[in-house]
Amino acid sequence: MELVEKALAGNRYALARLISLIEDNGTEARAALAALYPHTGQAHVVGVTGAPGTGKSTLVNELTKVLRAQGTTVGIVAVDPSSPFSGGALLGDRVRMRDLAGDRGVFIRSMATRGSLGGLARATSDVVKVLDAAGFSVVLVETVGAGQAEVDIARTAHTTVVVEAPGLGDEVQALKAGLLEIADVLVVNKADRPGAAQTARALEMVINRNAVRGGADDNVWRPPILKTIALDGSGVPEVLEVIVAHREYLRASGSWAERERARVETELRNVLQQELLARLLARVGEEQVQAWVERIAARKVDVYTAVRAVLGTR
Amino acid sequence: MSKRLRILIAKPGLDGHDRGAKVVARALRDAGMEVIYTGLRQTPEMIVEAALQEDVDGVGLSILSGAHMTLVPRVIEGLRQAGLDRVKVFVGGIIPDEDVLALRALGVAGIFGPGANTHEIADFIHQQLTEG
Repeated sequence: MELVEKALAGNRYALARLISLIEDNGTEARAALAALYPHTGQAHVVGVTGAPGTGKSTLVNELTKVLRAQGTTVGIVAVDPSSPFSGGALLGDRVRMRDLAGDRGVFIRSMATRGSLGGLARATSDVVKVLDAAGFSVVLVETVGAGQAEVDIARTAHTTVVVEAPGLGDEVQALKAGLLEIADVLVVNKADRPGAAQTARALEMVINRNAVRGGADDNVWRPPILKTIALDGSGVPEVLEVIVAHREYLRASGSWAERERARVETELRNVLQQELLARLLARVGEEQVQAWVERIAARKVDVYTAVRAVLGTR
Repeated sequence: MSKRLRILIAKPGLDGHDRGAKVVARALRDAGMEVIYTGLRQTPEMIVEAALQEDVDGVGLSILSGAHMTLVPRVIEGLRQAGLDRVKVFVGGIIPDEDVLALRALGVAGIFGPGANTHEIADFIHQQLTEG
């Protein structure tokens, strides 16, 4: 496939076109991904997630500057939500990444979720593969502003950075499950604001509790908590050091292969699910689906009975 | 899944008034487009590179500084050199009539003045981008 060859050879426009192809999910996209796949598996994929307004984009910008100073190439995928009404999206992460313009060692792609929940778009992990195959050593994935349930990133990234900021909620928020449990690195950004110390302390308590639950094994990674002021870059080199340390830990402990396997398994199951559903719906037909919707809405039949009937099972 | 239209909205030059750009960006989003908003003080080189990486169908430039006759040709030339000939360019701002003709001659697909209705802008751009 010509686009794939060009993208692998470093043609940036071919790379951009390839990403669009994969976002739009045609049959060509499948062929392209098949051709790319043998070239993947080299990049360190780092997810950056957290609530809206915590400073994810600014942190990604600063992390990239530090990586570039070390000569590391960086691919960035920045995900923002699509409007559920119009299907359109306002993708504004580039505003905070203007320092990176003009650097050919950086490639930034904004992505809309296009209806996916979970903090990423359906095609995000495939777009990561494209950047990986194109030779970017680190791929940073910035999720949509996430709260507690958008944890898909942990299945896409090797290392997940959760960004918090002071004043976004009391300690009870920090005790909730979800985001914190997927964190490999915790960052308290805007550390110059009042309340940063309390936020860090609240996070520390949660981490300690999780650690106690996990036992006192010295080989278990305990997510470090770091304070940053991403706006001026304070504390960002330290965050990068910890990200690199996490990669070393994954490699040394065998967790890297484990995570890869888990990721691939999730991916396989997801794609199987999508394919089976698409085939089933194609066979059943939209008309019959709508007929069942009518009957369920009219309380003539319940949803489980309807599904059994559609599938022809008892 | 069908193809979604993608458009870059940028403010080249040095004026700091991005209200109009943001209003238009929102209108385009509400018309179902994916709008990549890049913010203030973009150089033509930055705009071209962003258009390339984002693989957009169109670029909207908001210029209130009066420098449109220097900035717009540089963006158009840059797009051409990058192989992005198919990307359509739109300009919003205060553009005198004689410049409107000159910009059209350069290949600008649409020019919108201060009184333009956002729905009409969105409809026009949508039509231009779907025509291929």
